[in-house]
Amino acid sequence: MEWFDAALLSSTIRMVAPILLAALGGAICARVGIFNVGLEGLILIGAFSAIVGNYFTGSVFLAVCFAAGVSMIFSLLFGYLSIHLQANAIVVGLGINFLALGLTTFGLRAIFDVKGAFYDKDMTGLPKIDIPLVKDIPFLGEVLSGHSALVYLSFILAILLFFFLYRTVMGFRVLAVGMNKVAANSIGLKTNSLQYLAVLMCGILCGMAGAQLSLGQVTMFTEGMTAGRGFIALVATMLGQSHPIGIIGSSFLFGLMDALSVRLQGFSMPTQFTAMLPYVITIIAMFFLKDRGAASQMSEQQSSR
Amino acid sequence: MSIRLEMRKMTKQYGDFLANEDISFTLNAGEVHAIVGENGAGKTTLMRMLYGMEPPTSGQIYLDGEPVSFDGPNDAISHGIGMVHQHFMLFSDFTAAENVVIGHEPKKAGFFRRKDAIDTVNKLAGQYQIQVRPNVKVADASVGEQQRIEILKVLYQGANIIILDEPTAVLTPIEVKGLLKNIKNLAEQGKSVILITHKLREVMEVADRVTVLRNGKVTGSVNKEETTADELAKLMVGRELQTISDRIQLNGNSLLEVNELTIKEKQEKPLLDRISLSVRRGEIVGIAGVSGNGQSELLQAISGLRKVNGGKVLIDGKDVTNQSVADIRLAGLSHIPEDRYLWGAAKQATVEETGLMGYQNKPDYNNKSILLKKQFRSLLSSWIKKFEIKTTSINEQAGNLSGGNLQKLIVSRELGQETPLLLAAEPTRGVDIGAMEYIHEALLQKRNNGDGILLISSELTEILTLSDRILVIYEGKIVGELTREEATEEKISILMAGGSKQ
Repeated sequence: MEWFDAALLSSTIRMVAPILLAALGGAICARVGIFNVGLEGLILIGAFSAIVGNYFTGSVFLAVCFAAGVSMIFSLLFGYLSIHLQANAIVVGLGINFLALGLTTFGLRAIFDVKGAFYDKDMTGLPKIDIPLVKDIPFLGEVLSGHSALVYLSFILAILLFFFLYRTVMGFRVLAVGMNKVAANSIGLKTNSLQYLAVLMCGILCGMAGAQLSLGQVTMFTEGMTAGRGFIALVATMLGQSHPIGIIGSSFLFGLMDALSVRLQGFSMPTQFTAMLPYVITIIAMFFLKDRGAASQMSEQQSSR
Repeated sequence: MSIRLEMRKMTKQYGDFLANEDISFTLNAGEVHAIVGENGAGKTTLMRMLYGMEPPTSGQIYLDGEPVSFDGPNDAISHGIGMVHQHFMLFSDFTAAENVVIGHEPKKAGFFRRKDAIDTVNKLAGQYQIQVRPNVKVADASVGEQQRIEILKVLYQGANIIILDEPTAVLTPIEVKGLLKNIKNLAEQGKSVILITHKLREVMEVADRVTVLRNGKVTGSVNKEETTADELAKLMVGRELQTISDRIQLNGNSLLEVNELTIKEKQEKPLLDRISLSVRRGEIVGIAGVSGNGQSELLQAISGLRKVNGGKVLIDGKDVTNQSVADIRLAGLSHIPEDRYLWGAAKQATVEETGLMGYQNKPDYNNKSILLKKQFRSLLSSWIKKFEIKTTSINEQAGNLSGGNLQKLIVSRELGQETPLLLAAEPTRGVDIGAMEYIHEALLQKRNNGDGILLISSELTEILTLSDRILVIYEGKIVGELTREEATEEKISILMAGGSKQ
C-alpha cells in the first residue's frame, strides 16, 4: 500500500469539512470579540441531533436542518450567558462542552435505550454527490468527486463568509464590534445584536459540522465522537487568523493529519501513536501562534486606555 | 449671529455631590466657545448631559430655540451634535475612510461601497481643509491624523456643533498648530465648536468666548478680547498662581551615567543610537523631543523595563545595566512612567493598592510578609491631603480616578520613595494647572534637596521651566545640548525637527 494516493486526499477533504465548518463558526465569534471554546459541545450536539432527526423523520435533509437548529438553540444559551449576562465566555464555553457530553449520553439511553453508540442499519447517511465531468478526470475526479453535500457546502460557506465580512455593510459592522466594542457602541451600532448574530451563525455551522460527522462519514453516533475536533477547529481558527480563506488552509492541514493518521495504521504503526498526529500538529501550531498572541495582547492593553 | 445652542440652569447631582450647579451656556453659529476649568470642575459632566450620556437633574437644553432632550448619544448626533472624545473612538485595523463612514456606510444592495466612502471623505476633507489620507490604516496614522479622522467622522454624521474634549493633550506642538487652524476653518464655515481644555494659550489663540468653571459653577463667561490668560487662570484656580521657588545652585557629583546606550531590533535602524548623558546631584536634566524618537526606549532601558544591546547605565557608580527593575530601584531610582495606565497603575486595583506598589517590601510597611496597612494608610492620607487627590475613598478603583488625580497619586508615590534619582516622564500630562504647579514645585524641591532628576516631556514649556540642562533627542540620538541660559523655545524646536544647532 502506498502511503500517498488520491484516496488519501479524498479522505482529507472529507475530514476537513467538519473542522472547517466549526472553525468558520469559531472565526465569526472571534470577529465579534467572543472566544468560543464551546465549539466541541456544539458539534457533539449537532452530531447527536442529526441522528435523532434522521431516525424519526427518515429524511437526511430534515436531519441536517434539525441538527443545525438544535445546535443553534444551545449557542443561543451560550450567547445569553456570555453577551447578555456578561459571564466569562470561556467558562460558559466549557460548560456547554460538558453539558453536551452529558446530554447526548443521556439522550442515547432515553431515546434509543442503548449505551456507548447507536447504529441502525435502516438509517441512510448523507448521499454522495458525483460531479459530472469532474468525476471522469483521472486522479482529480477521485479526489474531488463523490463527497456529501455538506463537504461542498463547507467550502462554499467559507467563501460566502469571506464576502460577508469583507464586502457587505453588515459584515463590516461585525468586524467593527470585535475590533473595538466601545467605539462601536459610541457610533450607535447595535453591538449586542451583532454579537448574537455571530453566535447563532456559529451554532448553525457547528450543527452542520456535527451532521457531517455522524451522517457523512459513518452514519452512527458514539459517545464523545467529536474527540477534540472542536478544539482542533479552535486552533484552525487561530492559525487561520479568523480569516475564512486562511481557515480553509489551516483546516486542510488538520484534515490531512486526520486522514494520515488513519492511513498510517495500515503500516502497522500503533493506532495510539497515529491518533496523536492531529494533536501533535496542534501543539506545534501553538508555538507559531505564541508571538502573535503576545503582541496583540500588548496592543490591546495600550488601546484600552 | 444667531444662538444655536442654549443650556439653561443645568444642574447635575450625584448623591450629595453637585457636579454641575445652575450652569447656563450659549453657543452661536460659527463661534468657538471654550470651556476651561481644572479637573473635576464639571466640564465633562456638562458635556455628557449635552451629548445625551447623562440626563440632567434639572435644567433645559434648547437647540435653535426649541427645547430638546436627548436619549443617548445617537439622539444627540441626529440633532447635529458631534463629539471628538479625548480617547479616540476609532477602529485601528480599518482605513480612515472606513472609520469616517461607519454607521452610515454608502451601500448598494447590502454591499459596502468603499469607493464611494473614499470619494466622500476626500470631498469632506477638501471642503474643510482637513488633511486625511483616506486609505491609511488608523494604526499607521499619527495621533494628529487620527484626530482629524475623528473630526471628519463627526462632520460626516452631519454635526453643526462639534465638541472637542481636550483635543491638544495628545498632540505635538506642530500638530497643535494644525488643529487650531482646522478649528478656525470650521468656525468660518458656520460650524460651532465647543473646546474643552485647560491650556489657556490655545484658548487665547482660537476661542471667541470663554466660560470658566470651578467646583461645578460658572466663575466667569467672557469674550476673548476682554480678558487675558492670567485672568482666566485666576478664575480657574480661584487664587493667584504662585511663582515657582528659587533654584539653589548646586554642584553635586555625578549620579546617573549613561554611556553609549544602544537598543536595536534585528536589522532595523537602532531605536537608541549610542546615547550618552549624565545627571548630577541637584540637577534637572530635561530631554526634549517629538514623541517617538526614542524617549520611551531610553526610559525603559534606564529603569530596567527593557534589555539593551550595548552600553552601560550607572547609578551612583553602580553598574545596573540590564538588571531587574527591582534591583535598579534598590540602587536608588524612582520612576514616574510616561503612560500612567500601562506602566504606572493597575486600573482594577484600589487607590490604596496603587499607592502601596513599590512599598510592599519596605520594613516600615512589611512585618515578616504581613503588610502593615495601618502604617501605610497614614502615609497615603498625607499624600492625598498634600496633593489634593480627589477620590471617594482609598478603596476606589484606580481606574475610576480622573487622569489628573491618578497622576498626582503616582507622582506622590514615586516622590515618597525619596530616592536620589528620579525619572520623570511626562509628569504633568493631562493634569490641571493647580496640580501642575504642585508637581513642578515638588520636583524643584527634590532638586534643591540635592537629588537628581531626568525629565522627559513633550511639553516644551515644562522642559524650559524646570531644566538646568536640556538635551534634544532625535531619531534615537542626542542631537544637541543647551544650558538653561542659552535655551529658547525656537532653538529647541529646530533641533527637535532634526535641524542643526545654528
